[in-house]
Amino acid sequence: MESNGGDAFRILEEIETLKAAKSDIEHRIANLQVQIGGVAVEEMTDSILCPPISTNDAGFGHGLSPEMVYRYSRQLLLPSFGVKGQSNLLKSSILVVGAGGLGSPALLYLAACGVGRLGIVDHDDVELNNMHRQIIHTEAYIGQSKVKSAAAACRAINSTIDIVEHREALRTSNALEIVRKYDIVIDATDNLPSRYMISDCCVVLGKPLVSGAALGLEGQLTVYNHIGSPCYRCLFPTPPPTSACQRCSDSGVLGVVPGVIGCLQALEAIKIASAIGEPLSGRMLLFDALSARIRIVKIRGRSLHCEVCGENAAFTEQMFQDFDYEKFTQSPLTPLPLKLKLLPENVRISAKEYKERVVKGEAHVLVDVRPEHHFKIVSLPKSLNIPLSSLEGKLPEISSALKEEEKCNGPTSSPGASLYVICRRGNDSQRAVQLLHKMGFTSAQDIIGGLESWARDVDPNFPIY
Amino acid sequence: MSVGGLSTMGEQGGEVETQQANILPKASDDSLLSIKVLFFARARDLTGLTGISLEVSTGSTAHDCLNLLIAKFPRLDEIRGCMVLALNEEYTSESSLVRDKDELAIIPPISGG
Repeated sequence: MESNGGDAFRILEEIETLKAAKSDIEHRIANLQVQIGGVAVEEMTDSILCPPISTNDAGFGHGLSPEMVYRYSRQLLLPSFGVKGQSNLLKSSILVVGAGGLGSPALLYLAACGVGRLGIVDHDDVELNNMHRQIIHTEAYIGQSKVKSAAAACRAINSTIDIVEHREALRTSNALEIVRKYDIVIDATDNLPSRYMISDCCVVLGKPLVSGAALGLEGQLTVYNHIGSPCYRCLFPTPPPTSACQRCSDSGVLGVVPGVIGCLQALEAIKIASAIGEPLSGRMLLFDALSARIRIVKIRGRSLHCEVCGENAAFTEQMFQDFDYEKFTQSPLTPLPLKLKLLPENVRISAKEYKERVVKGEAHVLVDVRPEHHFKIVSLPKSLNIPLSSLEGKLPEISSALKEEEKCNGPTSSPGASLYVICRRGNDSQRAVQLLHKMGFTSAQDIIGGLESWARDVDPNFPIY
Repeated sequence: MSVGGLSTMGEQGGEVETQQANILPKASDDSLLSIKVLFFARARDLTGLTGISLEVSTGSTAHDCLNLLIAKFPRLDEIRGCMVLALNEEYTSESSLVRDKDELAIIPPISGG
């Protein structure tokens, strides 16, 4: 990396020059658009009040301009959708919370089909490990705001609709103000506190909520708070324990699975916005990718006893703003990797220290306690894979590995072989060391920060995942 | 309430294992119902299965079935308080009676995206 310092500097300089030129061109385009009184609004931030959505009336009695008729012709040809559906859609506004795996296809289709105003909320930046599923983003936007990237993609598809960028996390402090400006909300987030918060916000403001979720090879979809359907809290009054809420970054997800659900979210939102068909209210769609099965289950109606939408509920805007969703669900709104501290410092070593001991030729056994399929992605040389879940039953394997190591190094290695434990991020390794200490392996030590710290502090070429 | 036997379905949905669970005194055959239980999302992780066949005695409720399942798969207790329960693809309360050949789906929420 360092050897390319000169190149990197030149490239950065060129990027700056190009950015300046781009900004100049955008400025000129904006001026020209003002001159011709164009309808395209290129940039609009949430700090600007959203103007009412207007469509040109070209005198055909339906408010669609000749260009709109041509652009949307394949939708206009659908008898059940037609001019009326398209007009409704163009007058509608939809907010998509989350520009990730679910939000990507949802946003692309909503922009393409001609939703009048499309809002995007996200606080994150695009990362390389997003690309396999967050198909709205391109490599050029890695490191930049997801909202900026998604908005640019939507504008590239349809420059005639309003795209509103909300580059911030949705929180109780800003949610009412943002959600109020839209007719329909799409929950495309990836965490539990956000799901409760968005649902409550939609109840308070009376907005239909198209909620999708995906993990691994399964997806779920339903429409909350719409024509008698329940809210999220009617279905799940008590939040599940944090252990039950897994994330894509831990459990994995096949990219196309949120893709399918995100497309269906766009479809449901389009149906509600254009007032066609039968929405997925009071029903939940369950998508099972592995067995290629889709089931639709009738779910309960609105609960009379629901604390938020029930008959006697008095959940006000103020109560919403004061509600602590992170405490309620015991998980953070913007999930960071868990960093446990279960062990005292003297039974832990850093990745760098471990490296030094390897270089010195210290007799030792390194146990990697990650699941086998993680171990297959990448592992340190000579490490022994014993997943945490099966550690207790495999202690004899560790004993014999230690004996073998001592034998190889001869009787000179005085205190015997050391025992080190590693995992992905340094949490399970601590749990494993606790267990090992209890089972008599009192010299066991864990490597702080796991393979991630190895990659960061010792070997920058070591793959991280 | 009693259980006769249960057979499990693996990832492919095929029968991979048949087990006899003698948790309660054996009832005579004509008083047993056979239901199909489907697991979704976290329930699949916790049981390692997509579904099982469960034999319960006549007059059992969805609640009884859940208790049997948790006895068989104690880890399911984690999601006991947070799931959609559907009987034959329709929302059901735990007090509903199950009938022969019913299909009981256990659907915890997914929060990822």
